Amino acid sequence: MADQQLLLDARGLTKRFPGVLANDSVDLQLAPGEILGLLGENGAGKSTLVKMLFGIYKPDEGEIFMKGSKAEIDEPGDAIELGMGMVHQHFQLVGPLSVAENIVMGAEPKRGMFFDLTKGEEQVAELSQRFGLAVDPKAIVEDLPVGLQQRVEILKALYRGAEILILDEPTAVLTPQETDELLQVMRDLAATGVGIIFITHKLREILAVTDRVTVLRDGKWVGTESTEGATQESLAELMVGRSVVLRIDKDDASVGEPVLSVHDLRVRDDRGHELVRGASFEVRSGEILGVAGVEGNGQRELVEALTGIRPANQGKVTIGTQDVTKASPRTIAEIGVAHIPEDREKDGIVGVYSVADNMVLNQYFKAPFAKGGQRQFAAIAENAERLVEQYDVATPSIKTPGKSLSGGNKQKVIVARELSIENKLVIASQPTRGVDVGSIEFIHKQLVAERDRGAAVLLVSAELDEIFSLADRIIVMYEGEVVADMPAEDATREQLGLLMAGATD
Amino acid sequence: MIERLRASALLPFLAVILGLIVGALLILVAGKNPWVAYSAMVEGAFFGGNAFGRTLEKATPLIMGGLAVAVAFKAGLFNIGGQGQLLLGAAFAAWAGFTFDLPMIVHIPVALIVGGLVAALIGAIVGGLKAYRGTHEVITTIMLNFVLGNFTDWLASRDGPWNDPEGGALARTPLIADSAQIPRVGGLPTGFLVAVGLAVLCWWLIERSTFGFEIKTAGLNKNAATYAGIGVNKILILTMAISAFLAGVGGAIETQGVTNRFEPGFNTGLGFDGITIALLARTNPLAVVPAALLFGAMDAGSSLMQSQARIAPEIIAVIQAAILFFIAAPTVVQYITRARNVSSEDDGVRLSAGWGG
Repeated sequence: MADQQLLLDARGLTKRFPGVLANDSVDLQLAPGEILGLLGENGAGKSTLVKMLFGIYKPDEGEIFMKGSKAEIDEPGDAIELGMGMVHQHFQLVGPLSVAENIVMGAEPKRGMFFDLTKGEEQVAELSQRFGLAVDPKAIVEDLPVGLQQRVEILKALYRGAEILILDEPTAVLTPQETDELLQVMRDLAATGVGIIFITHKLREILAVTDRVTVLRDGKWVGTESTEGATQESLAELMVGRSVVLRIDKDDASVGEPVLSVHDLRVRDDRGHELVRGASFEVRSGEILGVAGVEGNGQRELVEALTGIRPANQGKVTIGTQDVTKASPRTIAEIGVAHIPEDREKDGIVGVYSVADNMVLNQYFKAPFAKGGQRQFAAIAENAERLVEQYDVATPSIKTPGKSLSGGNKQKVIVARELSIENKLVIASQPTRGVDVGSIEFIHKQLVAERDRGAAVLLVSAELDEIFSLADRIIVMYEGEVVADMPAEDATREQLGLLMAGATD
Repeated sequence: MIERLRASALLPFLAVILGLIVGALLILVAGKNPWVAYSAMVEGAFFGGNAFGRTLEKATPLIMGGLAVAVAFKAGLFNIGGQGQLLLGAAFAAWAGFTFDLPMIVHIPVALIVGGLVAALIGAIVGGLKAYRGTHEVITTIMLNFVLGNFTDWLASRDGPWNDPEGGALARTPLIADSAQIPRVGGLPTGFLVAVGLAVLCWWLIERSTFGFEIKTAGLNKNAATYAGIGVNKILILTMAISAFLAGVGGAIETQGVTNRFEPGFNTGLGFDGITIALLARTNPLAVVPAALLFGAMDAGSSLMQSQARIAPEIIAVIQAAILFFIAAPTVVQYITRARNVSSEDDGVRLSAGWGG
């Protein structure tokens, strides 16, 4: 008989896909008020596991017990009925509708036969107060920052009476501050008795918030451990199966001439708001300049202006000796600028294109990939084979569509494409967001190698760990201005956190 | 390769079969024998007299209209304006045909290109509006169908500048010069070869050229295209111009190879059939040719079917509409035929293009 104390007790869950054993006899237990970390690299089977719990997949073997009795979960509706709620990595929200509408949708309060929006808003306000999840019920969802949208997703689950909350990589899209807030929310929720399954591959978060952690590797259950006493290194080793370098060793920078000079740059967003307000800085060859800042403080617009995608309103951008303030993306790329964009799904990859085509997106028009306007498929394939090997991209073949690769491997495709040619300047925006530990290590090494080769590297990251691990010099952006510029060794976490939050010293 | 071809040809093939079955049922309901009807259609399309020539002749503008839609699709554009563009091309090719006096080897291509380029200009305007003003091309091309239809009507009407002085009350242009007429070789229309040549060229452009890669990239992911340094606005304008050019040349071939003058009303509907053809061909420029031949054969065979089997030729339109229905609703085909590997998703063929972008 199963333990009645457990909210959830899954035993021996196995799921096979054609040619793949996605989950091999995985066990998972969750007690009320417990936060359980689910850790594993991309493709380790975390998603498959929670999809089985949530009724999206049907396990081939194994049983699920909830509060001591066997649960029959054939579809997500059953899981919700039984008190499970899931916050997906890609939000399931209706953008143009309000927060309250999104939350009560499908279980609306009614007056007669009509939807009672006022009541819905009251219920949502009450709910958000009870769980300490502040959000305006009347706000339109698509206008909210990602962190708040996620909060709406959590409230949606709680509104349906979820006792078990599954969060699928919730921090992948959040800023450090938003992440901290989320972790606090998780603790508060757990204190009310909700059990939380927290999927992530960020070790710091696991250590910060979970009680126990279940580790998967290649679909196999590696172990469930108490978080107390675990270290980042020990967890990383469990997850990857070998010891991992979490902090890159790098030599002292040998800094040369300025490669990128930005002077009093002002950039507006699509709605005409000025988001970069007079930024000035330099990046020199042989150094990594880290741009720290809470997301939405103009970093995105800054990078778009530097790469020619968004026009600058005012100011001057120089690369080498060339004024590129008004240059096109192609011109800038041809000067020798690599760009790893922030949103790889949207901006970096063409999903239906093969890995090979994605690997020449920046060079398809040049020899040897084109001759007389005709594409040269042999050269394109050869290039892809070489880069897949060199950058360790896990893909069934170079003909595989980009969209079917995991996040980390998509990013490797982009990194391979952008770094395969020698560039003067490398602009990397959130290069490891949502990427697994093994790939992070690899990408970081590549960026350091670029710097050691003498390229100037501009690294925009919302992850302070990443900034500290890589940057030689750090600038902080706050409300579109560069509020600090300092050598990395002089910076502390606390100080940067304050600067990012707008404190002036 | 063979595997892929088989998978992607399966849905169109099943759709055609189902369309013919629907037609057969309707013929049965009408109390006629479907076998007799279809045999007459096949005979009228391929055998006897100049049947095959007529099939090719009917297929030619369908190829061009189909190519126009297929090429635009690659850039994520839905060109519903084939009809208007085709009329414009037909009218201007007629003008170039009856105005100039040139040797045949020059006159034929000049008239074709004049027809195509005038249509391309309209396409460029549509693309420009889309690129810089965000005006949806479905709206503008539909509206332009009316504008261009009425404009070309007027050109050939009694009040218009290109009216045939010998035509009396008839709205039509003068006959084009002999040197502008596309000849028949052994009863077979040469215009068909022009269309096939352009289909091959379109295939090369889309599948083999860097320009085609830019078109597809812009169509599949506008952001990634921009980041890759592709001028997306330029691509939208050029692609729409090429698409309209193809439709325009389709009209020009009609004028120079079939009617030898521009007569409003003669070309009705040809441009719209291009949409069906492109979908049947799954927007593959090479597959447009057999798709157009199939529809051309049905059209050509319909008259013999009428005279021999006493079936109204409208049944052909019903069959073609049914085929389009089955193409557009692959799940229905899947359900009816229980075919497991009917692939409905390829190369970004979506019937419901977004209205936002």
